[in-house]
Amino acid sequence: MFPKWQSLQDIRSEIQRLQGEMNRAFGRFDLGDAVNALTGGSFPAVNVWETDESLFVEAELPGLDKNDVEIFVTAGNQLSIKGERKEPAATSGTWHRRERSYGKFGRVVELPYAVDADKVDATFRNGVLTLTLPKAEEAKPRKIRVKA
Amino acid sequence: MSEQTTQPVGRQTGTVEMTRGGVTYQPLVDILETDTELVVYGDLPGVDAEDLDIRFENRELVIHGRVPRRGPKEKFLYSEYGTGNFYRVFRIGEEIDVAKISAELNNGQLVLHLPKTDALRPRRVPVQVR
Repeated sequence: MFPKWQSLQDIRSEIQRLQGEMNRAFGRFDLGDAVNALTGGSFPAVNVWETDESLFVEAELPGLDKNDVEIFVTAGNQLSIKGERKEPAATSGTWHRRERSYGKFGRVVELPYAVDADKVDATFRNGVLTLTLPKAEEAKPRKIRVKA
Repeated sequence: MSEQTTQPVGRQTGTVEMTRGGVTYQPLVDILETDTELVVYGDLPGVDAEDLDIRFENRELVIHGRVPRRGPKEKFLYSEYGTGNFYRVFRIGEEIDVAKISAELNNGQLVLHLPKTDALRPRRVPVQVR
């Protein structure tokens, strides 16, 4: 009878469904607002991927090296990356462009699995930080044997 | 050097087209001008010194950094940024002493010195008191 209204409702429920899925997919990585306010936002941006054995977290931190960042894992799956990027010293002259940002940063990323905090490995190469976080035993996928 | 003289020209004129597919990113820069030189600080994370190509020709400064593929074989669990090669072109209004251009790349951060030719350097005019 009202096909247009019907389709709008369909669209709305579809959007809600997608939103729910997005929240489920990304919500676990969400930062608390308080953390953002205290630490100056979601810097650095991170990419996360996994293998059966490990989680990998990568961040671009050009100009920094391993002595400039502090990395912790607490409560099994709370990854914290902290550091400071110092401004280039200019004693004289005029800045024509200032696109890069400086200062202290800090971010807590909630990982989707518990990891073995003692075995986290960090490498820094050409300003790219890569963390290898072995999954905790209970988080590793298990092959289920199917009985005949 | 005025703000206009350092506009990235590639994006505006559409003359720059890469032959290879994939996404290309503009590196973020800070540009400092002193009496004697222009200094370009650029963020090129993931670029090795041998994969960075810098050219200065016809008053155009071209920065091209190749970024090797990295990340998962298949998909990300979560991805906040993309990776790809870096490319950016600036038109430089100042007279640059091309032979003295120098560049350093440390931890993915480029520091590029473009010294001005002597004729352009401001000279202090001595004022005599009589």
